Amino acid sequence: MTDAPRRIVVVGASAAGLTAVETLRIEAFDGEITLVGAESRAPYDRPPLSKQILSGTWEPSRIDLRSEASYGELDLRLRLGTACVELDVRDRTVTLDDASRLEYDALLIATGAQPREVSATAGCPGVHVLRSLDDALAFRAAALDADHVLVVGAGFLGTEVAATLTELGTRVTMVDAEQTPMRRQLGPVVAERLLRLHTERGVDVRTGTVLRHCLPRDDGGVDAVLTDGSAVRTSCLLVAVGATPATRWLGSSGLRIDDGVVCDPRCQAAPGVHAAGDVASWFHQGVGARLRVEHRTNATEQAIAAARNVLGADEPYVPVPYFWSDQFGVRIQVYGTITAASEFAVIHGGTDEDSFVALYGSGGRVVGALGWRAPRELRRARSLVASQVPWQEVCVAERA
Amino acid sequence: MRIRVDVDACVGGGQCVVAAEDVFDQDDDGLVLVLQSTPDEGRADAVRMAARLCPARAITVDDA
Repeated sequence: MTDAPRRIVVVGASAAGLTAVETLRIEAFDGEITLVGAESRAPYDRPPLSKQILSGTWEPSRIDLRSEASYGELDLRLRLGTACVELDVRDRTVTLDDASRLEYDALLIATGAQPREVSATAGCPGVHVLRSLDDALAFRAAALDADHVLVVGAGFLGTEVAATLTELGTRVTMVDAEQTPMRRQLGPVVAERLLRLHTERGVDVRTGTVLRHCLPRDDGGVDAVLTDGSAVRTSCLLVAVGATPATRWLGSSGLRIDDGVVCDPRCQAAPGVHAAGDVASWFHQGVGARLRVEHRTNATEQAIAAARNVLGADEPYVPVPYFWSDQFGVRIQVYGTITAASEFAVIHGGTDEDSFVALYGSGGRVVGALGWRAPRELRRARSLVASQVPWQEVCVAERA
Repeated sequence: MRIRVDVDACVGGGQCVVAAEDVFDQDDDGLVLVLQSTPDEGRADAVRMAARLCPARAITVDDA
């Protein structure tokens, strides 16, 4: 470790960036901190955007991550409405979009991710994405005004939006290339269950097909043509086909970029540079692979870990990833990484019932646990994921 | 110290229970239950970590 940093710059003012700043102060760092954010709003929470903000249940101010008055405690230089456009790792400077430069001793990158686009909607009116609060408010206004909404993509965002809008009384069609919604995130069995939930509640789910092109109509609407040959008449589209890490500004930095900022197990990308949150791809020593996790809890946990390492803690970041999703009153919760899982076993309730807990296995070990309206039972299964219990042991024990 | 929770904001993640299981629990819907609203100072670090880890920022710790 070289000299302790005196000037720390955090780029990205969302959950990860703000948590990093708070952690630095909690850890008694008394030097200078600058927090740079491209959005002009003070840091806010994103998970409610597709739920309480879209439904109108919550006012936007409800999702502020800190009260305005409490920013003073952080003794911070807050540069909102300003994007970073370049990083020079050797000179330890970042250049902002107003051409000013910031020098740092330590840099923490938390620029998040941006919505992926699709070429099929090029030039089409009424197309939205949902990442920022402004996106959410604009989409909400358009969706309330439309008599039908087409949701392109049935991942986290697409399924939550389809559920929220359907509950508001809006007709929704949801399209995805996979045969079932959230198949990659939940596995085939639970994805099948989720398909049933959406279908039963009235969502027009079109799976195994993608949007081919959009034909604007004279009445201001759109005919969305799918690759299966069918067409959907709509006036409002949401493109929800995932996000890509916001690394464009790092192009000339010399940092290794490969689906995010590549980091070591301690969230360090280069001397004096750490990363956290959606943008960071770090080596998880417990999983034995490089991971990039776009979930809300990871933004907080990784920011705490990275900020501590900026100050010299020298601790590997080995979390049990966690995410949740709320759809039609069903809370789905997952611990671990189930994407690579090949084994599946229900250990509480049943997938045809209102509530269940399932384990996912890979390489002979438990790698994930999922709860469907079963938060307490799921939490008891967390330790099985954390300690990567042998698959055989668990399935025999749970069935005994 | 005194603990306050915003149950409306709680998302039932149970991160608080993992951090301090003698202080927090979850009801049948997964929502936060405070077992001790004024825990001993010896639990201060764990309780503060629970508040920091909460993905909904639903836990507030007031210093006595």
